[in-house]
Amino acid sequence: MTRGATYPALLTGLSCLVLTLFLASLLVGPARLGMWDCLRALFGQGPEMLQLVMREIRLPRALLGVMVGAALGMSGAVMQGFLRNPLAEPGLVGTSGSAALGAVLAIQLGLAAAFPLGLPLAALVGASGSVILVLLLAGPQGGALALILSGIAISALAGAATSLVLNLSPNPFAANEIIFWMLGSLADRSMLHVWIALPFMLVGAALLLATGRGLDALTLGEDAAASSGINLTRLRLTLVAGTAALIGGATAVAGAIGFVGLVVPHILRRSVSGRPSRLIPVSALGGAAMVLAADLAVRTIAPERDIKLGVLTALIGAPFFLHLILKTRRSGA
Amino acid sequence: MTLLMLSDMCCTQDGRQVLDGINLSIAPGEFVGLIGRNGAGKTTLLRASLGLIPAQGWSSLADMSVRERARAAAFMPQGREIAWPMPVESLVALGRIAHPDAASASDRAATEQAIAALELQGLRHRAATSLSGGEQARVLIARALAQDTPLLMADEPIAGLDPAAQISVMRLFAGLAAQGKAVLASLHDLGLAARHCTRLILLDHGRIVADGPPAKVLTAGHLAQSFGITAQMSVGPEGMLFQVIDTASSQGAN
Repeated sequence: MTRGATYPALLTGLSCLVLTLFLASLLVGPARLGMWDCLRALFGQGPEMLQLVMREIRLPRALLGVMVGAALGMSGAVMQGFLRNPLAEPGLVGTSGSAALGAVLAIQLGLAAAFPLGLPLAALVGASGSVILVLLLAGPQGGALALILSGIAISALAGAATSLVLNLSPNPFAANEIIFWMLGSLADRSMLHVWIALPFMLVGAALLLATGRGLDALTLGEDAAASSGINLTRLRLTLVAGTAALIGGATAVAGAIGFVGLVVPHILRRSVSGRPSRLIPVSALGGAAMVLAADLAVRTIAPERDIKLGVLTALIGAPFFLHLILKTRRSGA
Repeated sequence: MTLLMLSDMCCTQDGRQVLDGINLSIAPGEFVGLIGRNGAGKTTLLRASLGLIPAQGWSSLADMSVRERARAAAFMPQGREIAWPMPVESLVALGRIAHPDAASASDRAATEQAIAALELQGLRHRAATSLSGGEQARVLIARALAQDTPLLMADEPIAGLDPAAQISVMRLFAGLAAQGKAVLASLHDLGLAARHCTRLILLDHGRIVADGPPAKVLTAGHLAQSFGITAQMSVGPEGMLFQVIDTASSQGAN
């Protein structure tokens, strides 16, 4: 029986990893610049050009990497804990599909080109719409199954509507832009994107961190949780609202980035002995590390080809999924 | 003083009357065995009285707020679900979720006491999902015990346990009752129920057919009518002995 490192040590280790990757993200880029100069420029010293690069290009990209990754990892951990299923992922409640639909409409209708916040705001409107719809469909007392089914229905609907927009798009450039946006990326984002996503991320994170006790109790099933003092209706509401705020915020600024929310809680589950409440902060850190690392890889492996972040995470995620299937098959046999 | 009071409880599921006018109350010091055939309504009675499923009538527990109820009664459901490979120790400590304001020392003490009561010391660091079914059942009983409530409700707590473990769980429950707590457990082993329970409630088609001390409930008439069996019961120096002989219908055919 292997016993993982102690919980505080795990949190410290992961925080150090995120910090290292964050610094690397700040220091690595197409413009080869000295490390010292970069850091000085970040704090407003040195040549103005360099200050601009650091504060308006690299800093928002690194910050968004942390925020988006943490949002994906955390909501994945909560979703898996709530549904007691390691295959659950944050997209299940339909938020990412609906946020994407909002963004796609903004691009198609020219809203995104008209003013810089048009796209993220439209995505957030889409995300909020999905929450209201899911809660209406699943009902206030709806169980976990009703929640997933409504989420899947809304995802399918949003996906179909997105396809319809693409289908009817008269302008090949708009279609191209939509497709590239949907692949998910952190390139060319500004501090404006950070500020628009931040409040949603903070609210979402606060809501999801509060679900820890309830998720721990749910390890033993809904009856055991309800009889040990957990208000399941409130838990469900907190979870849907928190996930939507995080995923809506993340999709609004970075597009659809898959597999992080599924894979990260999986990798880290053993290190917290399966305990759902501890998996939440640990997965937030793990998700941040994974997105930062993937974004670094996108920038360093083929900087001239502009590989999208979402493509890379899916490329890493899918084989990992196969590995999981093989492992389950071995242990089940 | 009563720990659970049900009055005129009815519950309908899919158009079928599962509970039909249940009245009962449980006082401190009682170890009540809930008996009856498969589908008689035992699980529904336990869940409805906790307010986990909607039902008509009144239940003192369902009437409480969720947090109050968790400190009045602990529940071990029949479906022995353990979703994640958590260590036994942490799993037992989940019972303390019902006491968010308790000091960590009393949390520790209650958890340790429950682990000792179910003899789980040797398993405490093992992942609960890797244990055998009977061991998992003992872990889940310990979890309910750690909740430290005046009333413990358990749905078939001893199913799947080895004989020694069954007896020690029944002794444990009887001991809790002797300390002034109360236990309400659905049981299928009538022999153990007869020996250890202070009171039996016989459920048939959602109604209480008999309610009283074991000797009054396990009569030949009740056994034939509600269980379809014949049995022999005697009181020896070891206490009450109950032995099932045959199904009532096959004896009738002889």
